[in-house]
Amino acid sequence: MDALIKRMNLPDLARQQGILIAFVIFLVVVALNSDTFLTIGNVLQVLRQVSIVGTMALGVTFVVLSGRLDLSVGSMLSLTTVVVVGLHDKIGPGPAILVALLVGLLVGAVNGILIGYVRLNSLIVTLGMLSALQGVTLIYTGGKNVGIADPDATWFAIFGRGYFLDVPVPVWIFLGGALVLGVVLAKTAYGRQIYAVGGNEVASSASGINAKRIVFSAYVLSGLTVAVAAVILGSRVMGSQNNVGQGYELQVLAGIILGGTSLLGGSGTILKTVIGITILGFIKNGLLLLGFAYYVQWLVTWGVIIGAVWLDVASKRGSLFE
Amino acid sequence: MTANAAQAAVSAATEYVLEVSGVIKTFPGVKALDEVSFDVKPGEVHALVGENGAGKSTLMKVLAGNYKPDGGTIRHMGEPVRHNNPLEAKERGILLIHQELSLVSELSVAENIYLGSMPLKSFGRVDWRMLNEKTNRVLKDMHCSFRASDIVGSLSIAKQQMVEIARADAFHCNVVIFDEPTASLTDQEKEALFETIRKLKAQDVGIVYISHKMSEIFEITDRITVLRDGKTQGTMNTADTDADDITHRMIGRSLDSYFERAESEPGDELLRVEGLTITGLIDDISFDIRAGEVVGMYGLVGAGRSEVAETIFGIRKPDAGTIFWRGQPQQITSPKAAMKLGIGLVPEDRKGQGLVLGMGGRDNTTLPLVNELNVFGFMQRGRETALFDKYKKSLQIRTTGPKQPVVNLSGGNQQKFVIAKWLATEPKLLILDEPTRGIDVGSKSEIHKLIARLAEEGLAVLVISSEMPEIMGISQRILTMCEGRLTGDFSHSDVTENKLLNAASPQD
Ligand SMILES: Nc1ncnc2c1ncn2[C@@H]1O[C@H](COP(=O)(O)OP(=O)(O)OP(=O)(O)O)[C@@H](O)[C@H]1O
Ligand SMILES: [Mg+2]
Repeated sequence: MDALIKRMNLPDLARQQGILIAFVIFLVVVALNSDTFLTIGNVLQVLRQVSIVGTMALGVTFVVLSGRLDLSVGSMLSLTTVVVVGLHDKIGPGPAILVALLVGLLVGAVNGILIGYVRLNSLIVTLGMLSALQGVTLIYTGGKNVGIADPDATWFAIFGRGYFLDVPVPVWIFLGGALVLGVVLAKTAYGRQIYAVGGNEVASSASGINAKRIVFSAYVLSGLTVAVAAVILGSRVMGSQNNVGQGYELQVLAGIILGGTSLLGGSGTILKTVIGITILGFIKNGLLLLGFAYYVQWLVTWGVIIGAVWLDVASKRGSLFE
Repeated sequence: MTANAAQAAVSAATEYVLEVSGVIKTFPGVKALDEVSFDVKPGEVHALVGENGAGKSTLMKVLAGNYKPDGGTIRHMGEPVRHNNPLEAKERGILLIHQELSLVSELSVAENIYLGSMPLKSFGRVDWRMLNEKTNRVLKDMHCSFRASDIVGSLSIAKQQMVEIARADAFHCNVVIFDEPTASLTDQEKEALFETIRKLKAQDVGIVYISHKMSEIFEITDRITVLRDGKTQGTMNTADTDADDITHRMIGRSLDSYFERAESEPGDELLRVEGLTITGLIDDISFDIRAGEVVGMYGLVGAGRSEVAETIFGIRKPDAGTIFWRGQPQQITSPKAAMKLGIGLVPEDRKGQGLVLGMGGRDNTTLPLVNELNVFGFMQRGRETALFDKYKKSLQIRTTGPKQPVVNLSGGNQQKFVIAKWLATEPKLLILDEPTRGIDVGSKSEIHKLIARLAEEGLAVLVISSEMPEIMGISQRILTMCEGRLTGDFSHSDVTENKLLNAASPQD
């Protein structure tokens, strides 16, 4: 296999895109076994399914690029979803969305202050936030599920259920957000500073960059994208359990890693995140279409991530094993 | 294998400990080594010289097992070898002391020396007593002033380097490669290193010595091989050649002068520090710098020079003292505040404080300017590229393009980007902490000329250097520091090496 990797002598680009190649093979295999897999309807369906995780991943990508982690996004999704759904009937959709966004920003800001300014370890802070928010969510709902009384009578439905030009609105939100944030990251001074801080925080500070503020802002952004995802989720389901977001933090990270963004910070793009998240979505969908049980996707996802990371390392050092 | 047995094997098979022939190594876009051949005899010091990016470090990494060559053969004691990793090479007897030190700063001296091959007791437990005894014996042989149990991170760079060298003794290596070992050493520490090298030499160890400092090469080496663009330009006996010849072979032209001093008359006072103190590091430092003045700062490693620079630049907080800028007292609490006044600092530690290694040369060059080079937050790629091109040309930086990550550049070329990024900010006062460390003779003289020219245009410069000829060659005034205190202030016209040395050495 080692010799094979070397002998394949693929152009550099292709070798770096090993994940993509493996994915294309997967697509072909599934498509040969399923008539519906590569239909436009199914593709849009997959995109809609990944739009919630994907939207969250956009903000988390900023956090990861700045050299940190955010494990609290799943709990944050639970909280902001019950907030937006729970308030919908009480204060109306507009104000409910606003409050949810503010909650997202606030939680992000708390993470950001503790990690950016107080300089605590991001793993510990956001792991703590993960469980703290579970508590806050339960306190808010009193343990009961929340719901919207008349789903057909509210314009709130548009975010999760609507279509624009035959494409689901959540897909527009996800891809539109990706476009905007992708441009921010690639073209702006702010994006440059995110990469710089993630690449070398000491050198960035010594170059006059306010690294604390940059880290803080990444968490605020992460909180914001989670709240947007909550609006999609709430609108789609029109109700919410206290733990809807459970496990989302791992899916988000899985997509980011699969796309090829380095967990060490400083290297990666929004496009990579979009690709990683989308691939994960197609794998799950493909497995279901092939008739595998629902839980198989978790195992396969894990395998895919290990495979992707391994292939990446192997192509860098030119052999599968050290 | 012990050193003696290794020695016997050498003389039996061949007169060389190491023979390299036709070695090729390519990186994407660069042929770093293009059929390089050279050899090392036992008991000789063989210099390897060449411009920044010529391929010296790459060649040494191939020899030491860090890289695999794409072609060619390496013979160690007459036997063809192909190391898969540095540990294999070390166990065979080839040790590379890196350009960038590669110690684990949290571990003790002993652990670092025997990393990966610690003496063990039953059940895989480390035999600490034996480890420390063995290490202390090696350290004593080398006249080191620190002990096996000291934590490496607490030692000076010079001492850390001694730790690396101690590995050679510990593993009975018969080929030891030094990649720019004196870059961070003062002259005294260099003498100690040379003493060690002579001792290794007396034990018939073959030594490869990479350096950009001609004086050292002519002092310590027996033969010289010149590398240029990945090709060897011949090997000479050191006794049969001179610095001009070597320089000519390296860069293809002769250098008329190595140093150039600014001719400007200093203008108004720009910076004045009074009573600057950080407990335990610097003590009651007062001096001033005028516009257009080049001030050198000399001292031993650990004298507190970098700490003074970092305090002026807002990285460290002083416990007492005031900084005046154009006569006004200032609170400089961050690099950003210092930059606003017009101060730039080329830091000593290029990888830690200087560069974002994963970024391209262009983005590194413009990093201090991110907040200027944009319109409504959007970076101006055109202006960035123009700056990159300008400094690539004037500092002769060898890189394949604006996006090539600086981590893939040679040490000297990385250093040039650190200088470039601070020149690009067009400061009023530029503090340079060991600015030409690792830079080849040709570029070095270009940088000195550049500093002189900028000073003549009104830039104030504070140069910290441990290299006496450099300090004496380019400064108009020289300050000396010793153990945290300022001990001298000399005009270039009446300074001598001895005066500087005396002022910089502890008086007891
Ligand atoms: N890992 C790498 N990836 C890509 N290019 C590399 C890598 N390492 C070195 N190079 C390139 O190989 C060439 C030789 O580099 P090398 O480090 O051997 O130079 P050097 O002679 O040691 O220079 P210096 O005096 O500056 O230390 C340079 O052009 C450098 O950019
Ligand atoms: Mg080098």
